[in-house]
Amino acid sequence: MKKWLVALLFALPTLVFAEDAPKLDTGDTAWMMVSTALVFLMTPAGLALFYAGMTRSKNVLNTYAMVFGAFVVAFVVWIVAGYSIAFGTAESAAMQNVIGGFGNVMLSGINWNDLSGTYPTYVFVVFQGTFAAITVAIASGSVIERLKFSTWIVFVAIWGVVVYAPITHMVWGGDGALLFDAGALDFAGGTVVHMNGGLAGLVLAILVGKRAGYPKAAMKPASVMLTALGAAILWFGWYGFNGGSAFGANEIAGLAFLTTTLATAIAAITWMLAEWVVYKKPTLLGLASGAVAGLVAITPAAGFVDVSGALILGVIGALFAFWGVTVLKKKLGYDDSLDAFGIHFLAGLYGALATAFLAVNDQDLLWDGPLKAAGDRMGQFMVQLESVVVVGLFTLIGTVIVYYIATALTGGSRVDEDQESMGLDESIHGEKYINS
Amino acid sequence: MKRIEAVIKPFKLEDVKDALAEIGVTGMTVSEVKGYGRQKGHSELYRGAEYVVDFLPKIKMEMVVSDDMVEQTTSTIVEAARTGKIGDGKIFVSDIEQIIRIRTGETDNEAI
Repeated sequence: MKKWLVALLFALPTLVFAEDAPKLDTGDTAWMMVSTALVFLMTPAGLALFYAGMTRSKNVLNTYAMVFGAFVVAFVVWIVAGYSIAFGTAESAAMQNVIGGFGNVMLSGINWNDLSGTYPTYVFVVFQGTFAAITVAIASGSVIERLKFSTWIVFVAIWGVVVYAPITHMVWGGDGALLFDAGALDFAGGTVVHMNGGLAGLVLAILVGKRAGYPKAAMKPASVMLTALGAAILWFGWYGFNGGSAFGANEIAGLAFLTTTLATAIAAITWMLAEWVVYKKPTLLGLASGAVAGLVAITPAAGFVDVSGALILGVIGALFAFWGVTVLKKKLGYDDSLDAFGIHFLAGLYGALATAFLAVNDQDLLWDGPLKAAGDRMGQFMVQLESVVVVGLFTLIGTVIVYYIATALTGGSRVDEDQESMGLDESIHGEKYINS
Repeated sequence: MKRIEAVIKPFKLEDVKDALAEIGVTGMTVSEVKGYGRQKGHSELYRGAEYVVDFLPKIKMEMVVSDDMVEQTTSTIVEAARTGKIGDGKIFVSDIEQIIRIRTGETDNEAI
């Protein structure tokens, strides 16, 4: 009888110490794994269908291949170097501002049983890798139907390391990272993913040039139904995108679930009404596009805002994107074919800035920054503005550089006239969308 | 023997087919075609970009009838296919030199 009492007394200190060391929480781990799978689905299924459905039949498979290909290449590159650059800790403070160094190349220094908080680091690596992949995949939508596949693959590989990873580091890379230290609020990637991918798309669209016949020739979507299905899958996956960015199965994830659903729904309604009023006909494509615009707008704010914030973000995000797609695009004349800039960049930009004013002033929700420290909304807005400008400039310059490198390595970025006319499914892939 | 080619609005196919069946014309070949005449294209919306589409979907019906059936056939088609709005279509009548039924080898009027 006494022996076990003595053993228990000896065990007590270990029990106390065990509480302090981070322990694996199966609930958090399960949720982060599911979130990873959800975000994964967003690229080879969600975005691929969303984009391919809007492409002309002769190029449908090529568009899908660009997105699918983007995922597989970007993920491998992420493991090789992207993760280290994004989430490593650089040796010098100067370097740590921008990149996390190369200490974790090929995930060296990270063991299978390491934890990031309450779940395995490996899960965190994969989760973040799915973000890296979808960001570059977004850009493909701007240059469908005329980009060489080889150039695209090479571009994806280099861009992940040169543009995506440093931007991720600056915003989310921890102490010493430029925008992280400034206190930028970006819950799940309004700047890191959507502004980034959308602007990269526009840069590519301008550098590669317009499609032959744009804007006069009718370029009809092969299947709006596939696009709508893709949008639904994107929405489904976004529960992992925003919900998983709470990094735990907790109340904040629950908040993100609500804001994401609400903002997206009201955004789809807004776009539908806008089309009804302006064009007299609400389209299925509009419903799908509005939903995506809402998803983008709520992304930087999902875990920071409440019901009213979600509604505002959804409505204004959709209107801003609608304007970008129907007015701005025509005015400036660029061929951002699938509106990666119009929807992802613009809605992401709005969401990022509006977060300063819509984030709930709650110490348990906010990340460190002027708003949390002093309730200073204007100060927070200036930080959001700084993050938007830094990310914008970095993407702009970086994408131009990577484009020229990829073009040089592949001997030209654009397919020739015959290939473009025949369609890339046949001329590049030797495949046909429908074999009747 | 005459070939009667009629380009009509797609939704009129069933009406015309039924009306022709009533006067004894039961064989025909139908294809989906695109075309325009005076009916200018319609515009299609794609995220706010409006495209004027020149070619409109139509149905082309082809049938061969004996000379004495031509009048009745064309007027039946006209009545069944007409809506009164631009784009109703046209009928073309041309000569047929020879007809052969593949299964039996019957020719000309026996093959109609």
